[in-house]
Amino acid sequence: MSRTILVNLVRFIVLVFMQVFLLKNITFYNLATPYFYILFILLLPFEVPNLLLFVLSFLTGLTIDAFYDTPGLHAAACVVLALVRVLFISITVQKDGFDNEPEPTLSIMGFRWFLTYVLILTLFHHFFLLNLEVFSFSEIQYTLSRVVLSSLFTVFLILISGLLFFRRKERK
Amino acid sequence: MRNLWIFITKYNAFFLFLIFEISSLLIYIKYNSFQKASFINSTNKVTGTLYSQVDALKEYLSLKETNDSLARENAKLRGQLKASMYVDTVEKHKVNDTVYKQQYSYIVAKVINNSFNKRSNYITIDRGSRDGIQKDMGVMTGAGVVGQVIAVTEHLAIIQSVLHKNTRFSAMLAGTKDIGSFVWGNDLDPHRGVLIDIQNNAQPKIGDTVVTSGYSLFPTGIPFGKVTNLHAKGGGLLINVEVALAVDFTKLQYVYVVNNKFAGEQTGLEAVQNKNE
Repeated sequence: MSRTILVNLVRFIVLVFMQVFLLKNITFYNLATPYFYILFILLLPFEVPNLLLFVLSFLTGLTIDAFYDTPGLHAAACVVLALVRVLFISITVQKDGFDNEPEPTLSIMGFRWFLTYVLILTLFHHFFLLNLEVFSFSEIQYTLSRVVLSSLFTVFLILISGLLFFRRKERK
Repeated sequence: MRNLWIFITKYNAFFLFLIFEISSLLIYIKYNSFQKASFINSTNKVTGTLYSQVDALKEYLSLKETNDSLARENAKLRGQLKASMYVDTVEKHKVNDTVYKQQYSYIVAKVINNSFNKRSNYITIDRGSRDGIQKDMGVMTGAGVVGQVIAVTEHLAIIQSVLHKNTRFSAMLAGTKDIGSFVWGNDLDPHRGVLIDIQNNAQPKIGDTVVTSGYSLFPTGIPFGKVTNLHAKGGGLLINVEVALAVDFTKLQYVYVVNNKFAGEQTGLEAVQNKNE
């Protein structure tokens, strides 16, 4: 239990630092910008209570907002992300199918489930984030292409990190 | 009552979502005008310190470019010194010149946080109210206009960059003095802006320099960039032209904050005028 908390705390700090000091400066053709920090919310354990999940998402968003100078923007997108996460997991996962370490990681859940999970959640998050940031329908076409390309970039980074920390473990 | 409680606990995710979503949207809408945001931004203690420390590291990577640009600017200024002019009349007596009174002074500051890939970009600098910086001052580099100060704390200040969806500066074509407004285009390109609403009897040419008009916070003639395309989108009855920005926002290191000594007087006078109307 305390190990889970420690792991998640370290993960939170590392991801926020990466996002703010490294990925913030990266963009391809003004279209694809990665928002890699959402991995923290994606990888929270299955059994985390809904209240805690929403609080953590909200705080993660606010932390990023503090660095990005956009109060409330990332927080709103992260809360949407948390809701989609709850719905997606309640549809696809049976709660008591795991022995230990029930975390939605690539090594535990398998590639197909993990890819769908990451793709859908990232799309929702980016769609809300970028549209809320621009806040106008006149640029919708451009914004949507930004959503799709940024999502691909983020998903790519998340899959790479999943493979990097891949631990061979049989799914029971 | 009990049924209501069961209903709420059954769908607790949805209600939690509502609570948090509404509160974050409230924060977003309320502080969107930004000046009011008191602590969730990069001038607060934690984020400000972190940014300046990381920036102190990054500074070494761009020493050469900073040095080059400073040397260029020095050379330009040296050219304007009295000593480098040839005097073609013999000086007979010395006149204490009282015609010129200093209107603009400049405060140098270092950029500690910068972004250029969002729809609304802000820059944080390491000088604040203690160094004489106030809200609404203009900001420039040797190359051209950078933005406008929108929030100040004791040691730091935030600049709304030219790369922002609400930024709008009064500008003109340097050759013909045709006035327009300078804005950022909506394709998020950090190297291009648009000069909009030029009267349609003007005839801009490719390569014309776009400069500040002197109606705003800057001295007249600070460059924005050069005209690259005469047929920007939109415009209707008025002309819009695309401009390649003179300042490279992806490599900002040092900026000058412009202190217009008559700014208070001007806004005071204009406020009185507006009240009279």
